[in-house]
Amino acid sequence: MWYLCVFYHRLLDYRKPEVESLANLFGAFNGGDWDSDSDRDSSNRENNGNIETMSLQWRLPENHHPDSPFHFVYLPSEDMARKIANRSILVKGVYELWGEGNTHEEMEEAIKLYPDDRKLPYLTSESTFKITVDSFGKVISFEEQNDRIRSLSYIPFKGRVNLRTPDHKFWLMETDDYGSNNGLPPVVQKRIFFGREVGSADRKLLPTYQLKSRTYLGPTAMDAEMAFLMANQALAAPGKLVYDPFVGTGSILIAAAHFGAMTMGADIDIRVVRDGRGPNCNVWSNFKQYGLPMTLALLRADNNLPPWRPGLKEVFDAVICDPPYGVRAGGRKSGGRKLLKGVVGPYTVPDDKRTDHIPSTAAYSLVECVHDLLDLAARMLVMGGRLVFFYPVLREDDTIDTHFPEHPCFELIASCEQILSLRYSRVLLTMVKIGPYSEEIAESARIRHLEFKENHLKWLEDGNLRSAVFSPTDPQLGGAADAKLGKDSKPKYRGKYV
Amino acid sequence: MRLLTHNMLSSNIKGVNNGFPLLIEAEKVVEKLVDFNPDFLRNIFPKIDWKALVAAARAVGYGELPDAADPAMLDSDDFLRHLHHALLQLHLEEGALVCPETGRRFPVNKGIPNMLLHEDEV
Repeated sequence: MWYLCVFYHRLLDYRKPEVESLANLFGAFNGGDWDSDSDRDSSNRENNGNIETMSLQWRLPENHHPDSPFHFVYLPSEDMARKIANRSILVKGVYELWGEGNTHEEMEEAIKLYPDDRKLPYLTSESTFKITVDSFGKVISFEEQNDRIRSLSYIPFKGRVNLRTPDHKFWLMETDDYGSNNGLPPVVQKRIFFGREVGSADRKLLPTYQLKSRTYLGPTAMDAEMAFLMANQALAAPGKLVYDPFVGTGSILIAAAHFGAMTMGADIDIRVVRDGRGPNCNVWSNFKQYGLPMTLALLRADNNLPPWRPGLKEVFDAVICDPPYGVRAGGRKSGGRKLLKGVVGPYTVPDDKRTDHIPSTAAYSLVECVHDLLDLAARMLVMGGRLVFFYPVLREDDTIDTHFPEHPCFELIASCEQILSLRYSRVLLTMVKIGPYSEEIAESARIRHLEFKENHLKWLEDGNLRSAVFSPTDPQLGGAADAKLGKDSKPKYRGKYV
Repeated sequence: MRLLTHNMLSSNIKGVNNGFPLLIEAEKVVEKLVDFNPDFLRNIFPKIDWKALVAAARAVGYGELPDAADPAMLDSDDFLRHLHHALLQLHLEEGALVCPETGRRFPVNKGIPNMLLHEDEV
């Protein structure tokens, strides 16, 4: 059945992929659970029947911009619609639409035509209800809201009103053309929707997990809302094992653990994972703070030379991470700076100093880091497992470079941009493992690894994102270019959180 | 460090061919209770190197695991409980993991194995 799906006007690129992922998690593509067989046939089966990469059918209300919060989505059952909405972060509500129109009169006609057997069960005298009036892009006064509610008297509500815990919630929502300068997606004409709420996101999670009340934080701890979105993209659920190779303070794993997944994390910095800021301020204490089951394992390991035993593969259901891309934090890998520059030969640690020796590390270029990540995930993920990670892109001209990393084992199913500044964005990539990790792939990864090691310096210079992001602009040329960027590169309403 | 982690790790020093399983030098072993999740155990069972798990469990003083295991045993609640305890509840808090080939010690402090290699081992 078609449902009206209304989103929060936040993180626009992340909204539909989140619903798609949750639909997959709750089994929308597994064949079962469709309300009727005709429903099943009309689901999108273009992807060679591979359920991991299937997608839902969407459509927009007439004349709506894709950035509009109003969408229609085809879902197999109300039960699934509720599950998806309740677990999501960005779905304001999923509604069974009773009527819509460009004017209140048009909507009234539509509601009257909507079949009684769909309406009456929710209007009985034993039930309680509540009507909420909402508008996108405008505030409606309290009097006006009451007038609108009264004007719905043609719907035979028999039940009692209960504003706190109603059995049924009804929503009257509208959007209008308020002119082009209000900083919102363009609206061509007024549209009014009336529907029954099926489910909505539990955004109370966010204040509970917000970073400002978390005990142990690092400079790049993942914001709670984004961490939950990542966990949803990764289909985190009870019984699954999720791994973060750049765990830091554990901010991403906390979101995965909240959804019941078992978690494991590694980091190259032993102080971050082992010591934290004392016995009550470390990764373990963060899990404890929220009453979550402890992460299964924390270890110090180098993503460039992972210590997994030979033959171990297909153990993780998801790999989620925010790799260090060298803007706010740089990656490190084993091997001294001078060693990799070829200035000195390998340093031999004297036998008596081995116990407490602190090995030196070298900068880790983004290209190499992402290569290692893809290789590790290709080997360690189960088939159908997901790799979810952030990838930085420079914003040039009007668009971002949409050439993302590729791997024969993976299919990219979602890329969601978050604009961080005029100069750069980060894109959350969601990949699904569709092919097994073969001998040939392992061999070519090994060759690539050696190539990175030999041309260490070249890769560091090539991939230097920091200078591109922070270098001052040329007052003559660059300044003008930047000003132009600021004006035209994105719609006015797009920013870090939208 | 849980024995599950031990079961996944090996010594990846350059030139080492048999870095698995790492021998356990236990100084302090603690038990931490974890919710029992049979589905997770059934999922992870085929990935486990059984011999290494049995040896590791014995090294930390737990002898309840059978020498050999096959998937049919996963139907037994008793077996699952023992597996759960060995895999997830026994922690090596202080000690070391020792490379079977070179004898290199990877220290385990506060439950966290330090698998980082020295410059001359990369």
